[in-house]
Amino acid sequence: MENLLNFAAEDTDRTDGILKVTGGAKYSAEYQIPGITYGVLVPSTIAKGKISNLDIKAAENAPGVIKVLSHLNVNNSVPRYAKDQALIIDRNINKVFYDDQILFAGQPIAMVIADTYERAVHAASLIKADYQKAPHQTNLELHIANAVAPNPNAKDYVRNQIDAYKDAEVFIEAEYDQPNHIHNPMELGSIIAHWEGDGLTVYDKTQGVFGSQRHYASLYEMDSKKVRVIAPHVGGAFGMALHSWPYQDATVIAAKITNRPVKTMLTRMQMFTMVGYRPETKQFVGIGASKDGVLQGITHKAWAVTSSFDNFTEGTVRPSQFMYKCPNVNTIYRLVKMDVSNPIWMRGPGEATGMYALECAMDELAYKLKMDPIELRLKNYAVINPENELPWSSKFLDECYEIGAKKIGWSNRNPKPRSMKENGMMVGYGVGSGVFNAGRSSATARATIDETGKLTIQSAASDIGPGTGIMMKKVAMDAFQTEGKEVFVELGDTNLPPAPTQGGSNTTSTVGSAVYDVCTALKEKMVQVYHQFMISNGQQHAYENFSFKNGAIILAGKSTSYTDLIKKAGLKELSVTRESKAGNERQKYAFNSFAVHFVKVHIHPFTGMVKVVQVVSAVDAGKIISEKQARSQMIGGVVGGIGMALTEEGIYDHRFGVYANNNFADYHVPVHADIPPIDILFVNKPDPYINPIGAKGLGEVSIIGLAPAIANAVFHATGKRVRALPITLDKIGV
Amino acid sequence: MINFDYIRMGSIASAVKALDKFPDAKIIAGGSNLIDLMKRNVMAPTKLIDINPLPLKYINKTKHGVQIGALALNSQAADHELIKTKYPLLSMAINAGASAQLRNMATFGGNIMQRTRCTYFYDTTMPCNKREPNSGCSALTGINRMHGIFGTSDVCIAVNPSDMNVALVALDAKVILKSAKKERTIAFADFHKLAGDSPQLDNHLQKNEMITDIIIPENQFYNNSYYLKVRDRHSYAFALISVAAGLEMDGQNIKKVRLAMGGVAHKPWRLYDAENFLQGKIASQQNFEEAAKIAMKDAKSYGHNDFKLALAPSSIVEALLKASHLS
Repeated sequence: MENLLNFAAEDTDRTDGILKVTGGAKYSAEYQIPGITYGVLVPSTIAKGKISNLDIKAAENAPGVIKVLSHLNVNNSVPRYAKDQALIIDRNINKVFYDDQILFAGQPIAMVIADTYERAVHAASLIKADYQKAPHQTNLELHIANAVAPNPNAKDYVRNQIDAYKDAEVFIEAEYDQPNHIHNPMELGSIIAHWEGDGLTVYDKTQGVFGSQRHYASLYEMDSKKVRVIAPHVGGAFGMALHSWPYQDATVIAAKITNRPVKTMLTRMQMFTMVGYRPETKQFVGIGASKDGVLQGITHKAWAVTSSFDNFTEGTVRPSQFMYKCPNVNTIYRLVKMDVSNPIWMRGPGEATGMYALECAMDELAYKLKMDPIELRLKNYAVINPENELPWSSKFLDECYEIGAKKIGWSNRNPKPRSMKENGMMVGYGVGSGVFNAGRSSATARATIDETGKLTIQSAASDIGPGTGIMMKKVAMDAFQTEGKEVFVELGDTNLPPAPTQGGSNTTSTVGSAVYDVCTALKEKMVQVYHQFMISNGQQHAYENFSFKNGAIILAGKSTSYTDLIKKAGLKELSVTRESKAGNERQKYAFNSFAVHFVKVHIHPFTGMVKVVQVVSAVDAGKIISEKQARSQMIGGVVGGIGMALTEEGIYDHRFGVYANNNFADYHVPVHADIPPIDILFVNKPDPYINPIGAKGLGEVSIIGLAPAIANAVFHATGKRVRALPITLDKIGV
Repeated sequence: MINFDYIRMGSIASAVKALDKFPDAKIIAGGSNLIDLMKRNVMAPTKLIDINPLPLKYINKTKHGVQIGALALNSQAADHELIKTKYPLLSMAINAGASAQLRNMATFGGNIMQRTRCTYFYDTTMPCNKREPNSGCSALTGINRMHGIFGTSDVCIAVNPSDMNVALVALDAKVILKSAKKERTIAFADFHKLAGDSPQLDNHLQKNEMITDIIIPENQFYNNSYYLKVRDRHSYAFALISVAAGLEMDGQNIKKVRLAMGGVAHKPWRLYDAENFLQGKIASQQNFEEAAKIAMKDAKSYGHNDFKLALAPSSIVEALLKASHLS
């Protein structure tokens, strides 16, 4: 479609914007179900061992308590548990309350179900557990020797010569540490489970209603169709709701056992061990180049934390395999399995971790070469993806460097470390690049015109924040050339046509294309209906010369409203459902989104406090469907990146194997005062091959490369390389 | 949460009478700390005495300074014209703490009484001598980045988290304490105590007493005051180190000086020796550095907070430079 989105190019508010700011958007814990009861979890206080005694009497006798669940009374009631005897627990089979084993501190060991939340909280505090403790391990440094490959059969990546960087004229070697980043969206983990007969309704915090549906159905080995999952509004998720967690299974089980609807909301403390985190990762990068800056070799190794019961694996070292043109690359990825809760993908997932190391290493190499860090990147710019040797479907990363550098005033920078001052502050500029897969999977959408002229677009996708609703609406608005008053969107419900789980910067490409395809199909159907009506009335006309405008179909200057069309055809509505998916273009091209982040920092010379004073992020994400929401999403990623670079860290007290900062006073996410003016620059050129709408996705690249940009700016300001995140003032020194 | 009684008092006399009668009761005003502590089962008072109706919300200019009622809000004081012009150090310190929402709820008395933010104090599954005497101090060999470097003891290295307190101790404030039987006025510097071997007690307030007033004597520091707060983010974080500096200048000479630190001790920490050194000297970076060195005598760190030994003196210098307009 040539004029794609030109019509709907102006900024449009999100479909749920007013609902969200007026409290009208219902989140999963907010549904009012008659007879609702409240589940409160009791977490383990040790990191490893077994429960030797669980005293629940006082809790059972406490006022309002309906039931206390634990391994003592749940195990035999869940069909799936019997089937997977061998697996104690894993990411997809939580096996909550399965047995007496404690695998991590904060593991749910019991749940109180009571008639009020307060009574459930009180009764939960009365449960006393005795443990038989076993030695635990939560310290990556001490346990790294026991690292294992995620898949023992898979070979480590090698392109040509291993460790070729060592033979280069100039090389650097460095280690980069990144701590656990805890999932802490504003909305806590929350769920309502409601059984009616053998049917289950779940109001869930989820990034994918169909994934959740399959999961809950599997617990009871029932037909998925008997489970309905509803999640039209999600208060941020960032990866934590990519699959269901023990708290959710416990609620579904509790509702089944008590035969009452049960609501569970996690506490902020419980979020630290019950919904995953970006895993602590230690990395090594060796990178070498000729004197004039031509890369000779990259070695990238990563050791990432995971739980004792799951091989959670990320694409941490993958960008090093194709980001730069380099003849020799080898990467190693290892897991360090410890007595901790399960990690999960967090925004930018492994790539954000990996690019932190690679982009810091590139900066270090640039300084050693006495070369501008951007010049080094452009000198080794890959036109063909060096990993799979495919041309990119579109790549405007070079343009990102150019427009971003211009905006932040990169050329005014004195490259010498610790050379720039401003208002008594040390000044630093830094750059970091981001790359992420631009995917497209399959989704189904339905488009319906009813007799009132209302156009409803439906697909089950979640909207965890990016504005999926308005994205769907804008694609439809463009297809029907309308200002959108008659266009409505429905999402986040398993009763709607299936869409994939929201994650991996996939949704706009996948669901947006499904909406485009179904709108195209509906338009064709409307034209057919019109055509048949004309013929049946003995009128001749040119079939091709239809157009659509603001709720009407137009032929030769004659406008017929949708309502008239539907009525003329004697119908109640016209509806089309279409599945839409990627084709063989995925074998012909490499698909990626790209970003370049520029930051300027001020560092206080006496205290070492870092203030990011400006961010410029330039993005190649193909066609931007809805600029306002895309900009907001980018800003969110930048804020997350500032947290990653400067403030966020889940700190273990290894003596006990527990978090010592499991609250918002001690776990620092950036606050307003930490956020500078942020300029988002979109290249905004459609990708010609990825899908019919030309959009590539940007949720992940919004954060990938931001943390290294800040780390590099700190070096520029101070002359000191801090290679462990977060870059707190004590690491900088004064 | 354990059930508790709640009574609301309409007069100071009835409030102190209730305190006398119920020694385990706790006074509640803004509740911005106590409610959190109760929710987490860190504190479980059997009775709450709500004193919000009491007529203690004033900020009054007096003959010798200013008198602030225990129920005056933090935001009310920070924005008060008299405080802003004559006691800007207090205004700066208050605004450096918490968030706008919390400052709108938190009272003077409550801020003075707020408890440490030591993570082990808050986590009821961990040993903590302050929460549970003789259970042990988890911070001593644990995560102690936020913890004290002055006047610590082997049983507790927690710090007083307040910013306001640091300014009050620097400004020679006094505090009026009232019980059913008597009223006494003590120096604010003597209100809080070091942990010693009784870390469960933050201060010398008796169980039957309540704070009614804070008095700040008139001073000439208002042209040369600075509150420096060093923290892990630019708002809404407790101080790693904070410094309150007030100077009375006579040309280049320091006529009088007040210096105090936060984030370093179980009580707001006044730097008397450094003050004595600076008194009568010229305001210069060299003198400030010397004063900082003096202030750091007897400092002791515990691992994660080793950095404070370097950060604290630089912060003192920076605060003095700012207060004397040398930077």
